[in-house]
Amino acid sequence: MSGPPIYATTPQRIWYYGFRVLCGVIFFFLIAPILIIIPLSFNAENFFTFTPEMLRFDPEGYSLKHYRDFFTNPDWQQALWNSVRIAPAATLLAVTLGTLAAIGLSQPHVPYRRAIMAILISPMIVPLIISAAGMYFFYSRIGLQGTYVGVVLAHAALGIPFVIITVTATLVGFDRSLTRASASLGADPVTTFFKVQMPLILPGVISGGLFAFITSFDEVVVVIFVGSANQQTLPWQMFTGLREQISPTILAVATILVAISILLLMTVELLRRRSERLRGMSPG
Amino acid sequence: MTDAAADAPIPKPDAGDRARPERQEPLLAADGSPLKKSLQRSLRRQKLRAFGLVAPLLLFVLVTFIAPIADMLFRSVENQIVSETLPRTVVALEQWDPEQDELPSEDTFLAMAYDLVEAQELKIHTRLGTRLNYETTGISSLFRRTGRGVDDFGEIYLDQFEDLNPNWDEAGPWVDLVADEGWEHPAPFEPSERFAALMSETAAAYASFARAIQQGSDDNPREEEPWAPVHMALYHDLMRTDPGAIAAYEGPRAEMLREARAAVEGFESQPVREMFVAEEEDWLDPEVWATIKTFSPPYTPGYFLTSVDLKLSPDGEVVAQDEDQRIYMLLFQRTLFMSLMIMGCTILLGYPIAYLISNLPLRTANLLLILVLLPFWTSLLVRTSAWKVLLQQQGVINDTLVWIGLVADDARLTMINNQFGTIVAMTHILLPFMILPLYSVMKTIPPSYVRAAKSLGATNWTAFWRVYFPQSVPGIGAGCILVFILSIGYYITPELVGGTTGTFISNRIAFHISSSLNWGLAAALGTILLVVVLVLYWVYDRIVGIDNVSLG
Repeated sequence: MSGPPIYATTPQRIWYYGFRVLCGVIFFFLIAPILIIIPLSFNAENFFTFTPEMLRFDPEGYSLKHYRDFFTNPDWQQALWNSVRIAPAATLLAVTLGTLAAIGLSQPHVPYRRAIMAILISPMIVPLIISAAGMYFFYSRIGLQGTYVGVVLAHAALGIPFVIITVTATLVGFDRSLTRASASLGADPVTTFFKVQMPLILPGVISGGLFAFITSFDEVVVVIFVGSANQQTLPWQMFTGLREQISPTILAVATILVAISILLLMTVELLRRRSERLRGMSPG
Repeated sequence: MTDAAADAPIPKPDAGDRARPERQEPLLAADGSPLKKSLQRSLRRQKLRAFGLVAPLLLFVLVTFIAPIADMLFRSVENQIVSETLPRTVVALEQWDPEQDELPSEDTFLAMAYDLVEAQELKIHTRLGTRLNYETTGISSLFRRTGRGVDDFGEIYLDQFEDLNPNWDEAGPWVDLVADEGWEHPAPFEPSERFAALMSETAAAYASFARAIQQGSDDNPREEEPWAPVHMALYHDLMRTDPGAIAAYEGPRAEMLREARAAVEGFESQPVREMFVAEEEDWLDPEVWATIKTFSPPYTPGYFLTSVDLKLSPDGEVVAQDEDQRIYMLLFQRTLFMSLMIMGCTILLGYPIAYLISNLPLRTANLLLILVLLPFWTSLLVRTSAWKVLLQQQGVINDTLVWIGLVADDARLTMINNQFGTIVAMTHILLPFMILPLYSVMKTIPPSYVRAAKSLGATNWTAFWRVYFPQSVPGIGAGCILVFILSIGYYITPELVGGTTGTFISNRIAFHISSSLNWGLAAALGTILLVVVLVLYWVYDRIVGIDNVSLG
């Protein structure tokens, strides 16, 4: 950073640096809680604070035992497996239906566009506890409560708004003459979709899919109500762990999840830049 | 596939008419039909295609999401359990006026005996007891205990009939007497019309017995002796039927009826009310009956009244809830207060950050934005567990404070399981939702305005407060509504770090769904919360526009 302008007076300088220090403190508040669990997860003791050995950087104070516990404990493994089984299925459902609908919504003549949009976005607006309550009541009426299918359907519904929003945003910049050109060259609508339109809107579809995935992968309120013990996912297991007997294995799981979210964040950021470059906007 | 209809001309319905004078013939399309019509057809086809693409998802969301919400709204007023479990009593109580401070008539007690004995065989009387217990405490145990003895109500008649003829306590003769000739067990029991015309109460009581055991425990009425209330009905019927009519009766087992009719005048009798009182004194309390009457309609505002600390009095009036049960207004107030606190904290912390980022060169700004987005992308439970670890009495913050010497080791701060914990953790979790809208508004404020103000002699503060700040207000509005909406519906974080004083209305909803099983109340609380959120979103849409929601 360049520092304050050379003509600044002393109070202005104090203000300039003071403001930056203030922002630094806020950033610390924002980031530190997430980063602090990373070293704590390597604690050799079953404590949630830094032991004297850890502060001395004594190798004795660090260990991988909580990670070992995560990878060997059947409860955590079952939870991981459930998460891996539920999230991709929900994502696939949300992305397929969501992309089709976003393409439909971006056509020039859609009857009742505002009402349809409001319905499709509503799962994002309604507080999760209300969605969970409603789904619990309704799914137990139709026999979906406590089933794998029920959880997948519920999670897909929660992920759909994100797919709709990202894909519609990508389609705004889509040049319609390309599909016309393709049609005039003899391609049928399906070929046009897969060969011309899909590659161009793919970044939007993928980032919508990532949002849907993270929604399902992170979701805990709805799965607690709609699922049964057989559908216990990672966040659910963490929730129970935090509420009942808090074990440091949670910190190891949390660290792994932070790593995953950093990966996802980087992917989305790269996709966003690529899509802006393709559309001729400045990459920033 | 989006624009396969592109070969059709762009529809301009009036263009043809305007271009040519009216007297000329209408324009024709290539296939000879009028252009206007063919344009309309193509427009309709486009609409259909667009709708066809949207329809699968629309259907999906309607079934998986909108239907559950509608179900919840329905459950918040639905109350069919009383009229379904006690159909006869509900009808009998229609005549009764609770204001008179008298007990209901003997007929009502009789109706209750028939209803209750059927309900206990089907094992639904305890469910009804639980439901009514939400309104008047004690009804649950009253129903449960009476349910145990109700199939002996009328035992006095059973004994006398049995002494007269042991067949009266046998299963087979009863079926011969009452059943329709064509009836056989697996089919639902049907009384014979002939018998029902003569002795309606007995026919109804026996039919209700037979169907209840068929349905409740899959038993054959031919193998089960009827319960005592059936004999009570028989006694009532025989007493009021003319001996001549019975003498003329020609159905199966008519001789048993004639014999009983001749003897019944000398039988000992007992009012039904006494049978109830012998079981439970509380049946003499008019409030019990008034509660049943008040909640007998199929729909009730009762759950909503409870949600705002009111209740329907047994007389059917809206009155304040008992002092010791008023918790919901307190919870709503607390939810409101804490959401506003969280909103205020996110403005205080988010505004400087957004200001800094929007005034930095693009490259640095993007780097800092990633720091803002990282918490946004991190699992909610990771962040909540981080705060749980940090704020504990043996946690990192307390350790640091003790190490610095600010806090004595034996006086560690309690920062978790109270309102403070919830506010800190949720401020951290919702901060990105304040920074991002603020940033997107601040990015569009031209820096030249502030420079112009300064060149005209404004101090730094005046330039900021009079020129910059008013332009950033839309961002504050958007961020506030977003944070507020998200926080009033929060469940996980208050549940984990809120203890008892830092919980929200959503925690109460979850409690009623999974622990107290009062689903109607949970639905009513949820409906109120939903309405608040929808109104706020409507405001948000008016100010910012739903379409402007961006995802980082």
